[in-house]
Amino acid sequence: MRGFVRLIVLLGLALVFVAAAYALLVYQPPFAPIPQPQRQSFDPALVARGAQLAAIGSCGVCHTAPSGREFAGGLPLPTPFGTIYSTNITPDHDTGIGAWSLAAFERALRRGVRRDGVYLYPAFPYDHFTLVSDDDAKALYAFLMTREPVRATAPAPRLPFPLNHRLVMYGWNLLFLKPGPFKPDPAHDAIYNRGAYLAEGLGHCGSCHTPRNIFGAEKADEKYSGGEAEGWSAYAINASSPAPVPWTAATLLQYLRHGFNSDHGVARGPMLDVAGNLGTAPNDDLHALSTYIAAQIGTPAAPTPQVEQQVAVQGARGKAVAAASADSQAVPAQGSGASDGGDEGALIYAATCSGCHSGPRAAPFGGIDFALSSNINGPSAKNLVNVVLNGLPATEGKRAPIMPGFANAMDDRQVAALARYLRTRFTDKPAWTDIESSLTDARTALRASEGKPGRSSAAGSTRPGTG
Amino acid sequence: MSEMIVSRRAVLAGSGALIFSFSSAAWAQSPAPDANAPGAAALPPPPPLPGSLKHAPFLDSWIRVDADGAITVFSGKAELGQGIKTALLQVAAEQLDANFDRLKIVTADTARTANEGYTAGSHSMQDSGTAIMHAAAQVRQLLIGEAAKRAGAPPERMTTDSGAVVAPNGQRFGYGDLVAGEMLHVQASPQSQLKDPAQYKYLNRRIPRVDIPAKVTGGEAFVQDFRPDGLVHGRIVRPPSYGAVLQSADAAAVEKMPGVIKVVRDGSFLAVIAEREFQAIEAMRALAAAAHWQENAKLPDVAALPALLAGLPSREIKVIDQQRPAPANAKSLSATFTRPYISHGSIGPSCAVAQMQGDALTVWTHTQGVFPDRDAIAEMMRMPKDKVRCIHVQGSGCYGHNGADDAAGDAALLARALPGRPVRVQWTREQELAWEPYGPAMMVKVAAALDDSGKIADWNYELWSNTHSMRPGPAGALIAARYLAEPFPEPKPFAIPMPEGGGDRNSNPIYNFPSMKVLHHFLPEMPIRVSALRSLGAYMNIFSIESFMDELAAGAGTDPVEFRLKHLDDPRAREVVSTAAERFGWSPKPRASTPGHDSNHDSNHGSNIGYGFAFARYKNLAAYCAIACEAEINHETGRARMVRAVAAVDSGQVVNPDGIANQIEGAILQSMSWTLYENVSFDDRRITSVDWATYPILRFSAVPDSMEVHIINRPGLPFLGSGEAGQGPAAAAVANAIANATGIRFRDLPITAERIKAAIGV
Amino acid sequence: MKLNVNKAQHDVDADPHTPLLYVLRDDLKLNAAKFGCGLGQCGACTVLVNGEPVFSCVTPIALLEGKAITTLEGLGTEDKPAPIQQAFIEAQAAQCGYCIPGMMMRAQALLQKNPRASDAEIRAWLEPNLCRCGTHMRILRAIHRAQRIMTTAQRGEAG
Repeated sequence: MRGFVRLIVLLGLALVFVAAAYALLVYQPPFAPIPQPQRQSFDPALVARGAQLAAIGSCGVCHTAPSGREFAGGLPLPTPFGTIYSTNITPDHDTGIGAWSLAAFERALRRGVRRDGVYLYPAFPYDHFTLVSDDDAKALYAFLMTREPVRATAPAPRLPFPLNHRLVMYGWNLLFLKPGPFKPDPAHDAIYNRGAYLAEGLGHCGSCHTPRNIFGAEKADEKYSGGEAEGWSAYAINASSPAPVPWTAATLLQYLRHGFNSDHGVARGPMLDVAGNLGTAPNDDLHALSTYIAAQIGTPAAPTPQVEQQVAVQGARGKAVAAASADSQAVPAQGSGASDGGDEGALIYAATCSGCHSGPRAAPFGGIDFALSSNINGPSAKNLVNVVLNGLPATEGKRAPIMPGFANAMDDRQVAALARYLRTRFTDKPAWTDIESSLTDARTALRASEGKPGRSSAAGSTRPGTG
Repeated sequence: MSEMIVSRRAVLAGSGALIFSFSSAAWAQSPAPDANAPGAAALPPPPPLPGSLKHAPFLDSWIRVDADGAITVFSGKAELGQGIKTALLQVAAEQLDANFDRLKIVTADTARTANEGYTAGSHSMQDSGTAIMHAAAQVRQLLIGEAAKRAGAPPERMTTDSGAVVAPNGQRFGYGDLVAGEMLHVQASPQSQLKDPAQYKYLNRRIPRVDIPAKVTGGEAFVQDFRPDGLVHGRIVRPPSYGAVLQSADAAAVEKMPGVIKVVRDGSFLAVIAEREFQAIEAMRALAAAAHWQENAKLPDVAALPALLAGLPSREIKVIDQQRPAPANAKSLSATFTRPYISHGSIGPSCAVAQMQGDALTVWTHTQGVFPDRDAIAEMMRMPKDKVRCIHVQGSGCYGHNGADDAAGDAALLARALPGRPVRVQWTREQELAWEPYGPAMMVKVAAALDDSGKIADWNYELWSNTHSMRPGPAGALIAARYLAEPFPEPKPFAIPMPEGGGDRNSNPIYNFPSMKVLHHFLPEMPIRVSALRSLGAYMNIFSIESFMDELAAGAGTDPVEFRLKHLDDPRAREVVSTAAERFGWSPKPRASTPGHDSNHDSNHGSNIGYGFAFARYKNLAAYCAIACEAEINHETGRARMVRAVAAVDSGQVVNPDGIANQIEGAILQSMSWTLYENVSFDDRRITSVDWATYPILRFSAVPDSMEVHIINRPGLPFLGSGEAGQGPAAAAVANAIANATGIRFRDLPITAERIKAAIGV
Repeated sequence: MKLNVNKAQHDVDADPHTPLLYVLRDDLKLNAAKFGCGLGQCGACTVLVNGEPVFSCVTPIALLEGKAITTLEGLGTEDKPAPIQQAFIEAQAAQCGYCIPGMMMRAQALLQKNPRASDAEIRAWLEPNLCRCGTHMRILRAIHRAQRIMTTAQRGEAG
């Protein structure tokens, strides 16, 4: 009898404890809805600063669906756990954030909790935005609350049990959310720290460029060692950077500003949109960001002599042989003739790619020379496969490189042969192990997106042009 | 004057009414009138023959009837994709009263057709259509006359039906049975017995175009498809920039490449001929890599073209000078508009085939003017003109003077280098965009005064422009000719006089301003190669005038459509304006606050839609066109897109309404592309917009949701050219819609998303 | 090498590096696919490979052994036009007509796999193809018309 009572009491105490824990820790009170703020109530200078910060944070990139209205959400974000859709952050009162106070906004931004107290999934990188300062949060709020309200509700996320219960995110946050504010490192100067604040915070570079564990959280001890986003490989931006020509702050700045650098190539995949947004950021911010990231990449070993020679060739492109007279294909293919040796990949490269990629036309309109390509040197074949299949589609009304896609001209065997050839011909890295799986994923994605305006269509995003 | 002509004249005159029917040659032969003879008065000069008949007065220059009744129409105009072949056949079939299906047409061949100059300026229906209309009608009368003789009936009791003359007793005489010998080798008379428009069978009908079936089934339709036996392939190695000099080109290795027949070099003209096309391409690449050029070009700053234009030496041309003092309380407004160089951007790079046989040269080319191109080639090759034949074969849309004439010159030179073999020259995409002559950059400064009643009291307009025509004619108009070892000099530019005009085309407003001054600063110096681009100066002038009319309307507090009607007297103009507005559903809208370059202005935030209207009569002589449009602006990206457009057109007597609609729809979209996206780019030495990546044009993502073209038919009235009537109004309609949506007036073309975003701000 | 073009085997004696476009036009005398840029930017050269659109100007024949190539000529003739050809004629969807075969082949690929494609899908699908004359509205009308012709034909066969 007493044992039984003790059990009941213990259970009761446990329940009280859980209830108390829930009440004190897990439960997030809702913020009362506010009347939609008047546009005129926001200081234009603050709104302008918010616009710049939103560009650095690339808010519109996730919060705008293809052919959708800006910031109205609805973009499907594939995660290993299922698909999550970005939400409407226009100031619509019912379906957007029009009823959110500044405090509600700050909590969502920095703690990942919605106005009504519900936990957000960290597909929204609040684990980075937790570093955003009060001033910057105010500016972002002013910017978003002065956008055009759009009535739109994103589809609900599709996740398996138990993840479909958002409360579980409390546990995730406990383990993986390191709340801000940002603490500058006294060992570095103001510019570095500003870059760190932007990169670690709003820029959320690690969301793509850091590998994740089985819980989908960034691995803190492998920061910037490379990650993945939407079927693309995000290269390591630390000492493991695969770029044959090491990045410097200056070349990074140019890349982020214009979407290309002649020693590296053009931005593609999700980075295209990011560079498009960053291209509008103030120079000081971009300079700080580039300085910080370049410091993560570290002081590089000198590039190999072959790479240096290619850099020289790259630099001479467009000058030695005129674009206008010779067309983009003046230089005969390399690797043709005897050195083919029956290598199908070599033949494909010579016949299909070398015209633009070994031709005389300078970046960004001439194809990148593969000896300089991070793509070919990186640990995953994903990006190469994506670009070979899809090419670089045209951008409405803007000067931007165009590359045809070869998804229909080449079958998987041919793409794989080409990939293997490029890897051995232009790098001394070990063979890729994920060519076939990358092809499967890329073909699946292609079929799913066929005939629908892609992220690269005009409707949604800004594009880096080249002047 | 022989009996024969007299009897023809009687036939042509129908019931014997006296009409003048002398050709100019006949007039010259007649004795000079004796001023002292009793009752004599000086004979008035002969009325000119209508249309191109004045240059080619013989009827069989235009119409030929075969013994089997098949009819061939000849025209010096070329099919550019505007449907002219079909339209001219409709005109001929109508006036001949023949079956459309029994007619075929031969166009633009220096050996077979009349010289009608260039297929340009929207003149084809006015010149060729009018000539064929009258020639066909007069041929019909001759056939009636012959049949009447045979039937023993008076001509006025004969009728025609479907290619036969019918006697009162029902006896039919097929046209083929009636022609004999030189029966149609007769000079035209200035008047014809034309069909009553109420009985038209073919005019104002949507007769399907005769050239489309082949184009959608892989038939031979373009000069690019022309493959005579023994054809070989040529490729040109063009210089890297204007005026570059070829220092050396080690051709030894290239000559040994597979299939290479010959490397051709003459001064700085460099080319290669090979058996197969891809061999020619590879040889061209190798030859280009082996060529060393000394570059001499110094191109202006592409970002500072207005300053350039203002600073170039100019020759002042007074277009209108009727100024009166402005009233006392006049409200003044002024504006400056600019446009960059714009490319034709033909989708098919230029191509020509040429063959030298003995001392005779034949060139198959898509030039707009076979006779002038022939003259230029003959001069360049130092051959007699009658030994050079240019035959028009259709190319892709040229929209003016593109690389076609030059490619023909290139092919001629290669044909001479390889006598006997037909040589095909195909330009690359980069060569087409880098070397074609562009539509010139222009600047417009306009100032106007509004009186108390809100009407324009004074109008002061100045424009700066290069020539808009550097067509052959002279050999030096061809690129190849200027780079030969013994080069031909580039011809001196000339200003096309008004009322046609060049840069000043449509600078003379059609509105009833009481006081007007229009001044054309003609700039002979051309740092960038320029020539005629569809509508010439009209695109810029109408864009400027119609944009400024909106600014003035706002200044007068008047709706833009109402404001225009206030200043328009021409009833046909008024009807076109009203029709477009009505069909669009135009209603006076609250205007945005005073438009201006105020980037902090936040008037229309939240309203992404704007409405714009514009009107012009092309050259104040050709077709009338009014356009109303709706545009949407994306506030975050600045991207503008035309959503809906409604156009109204008056082309006089309509021949093929579908053809007109096609041209107007096309003009609207092409003009929208020019206006929102396009500018030729260059650095200090070379053209840098050489492909579609560096010269982006309209794609499907920006195509409007809907477009309507309403055509107002004017039975019996002269044909009015419509091919270029849409360019100017479309540009202004879009610009006005953008101004309506954003509250900001954009006056510098192109109106890109970046410019809109920068002006809108956050 | 052997190429399968419009359901017929052709022995082609050309350098394997040769882009398909030149083989089609010069060796097989097929006019429809056109040279517009040689860079894969304009679509005038579009043909189908195994039913999918490719830019024949940048596709070397070395890639095409064993694959089924279809050009506009393979769809129909003036006397027996395919639905897409009939539609373009009825809609008079051409001005100069140079870009039209590429447009038609691109559209054909879409209608083969998605016969009920919406207007928005058709517009997005045609983005790689350029038309300088501004015939876009008619091209869209013609493709919708082809859909109706194809649907009617299917109903006719079924009923």
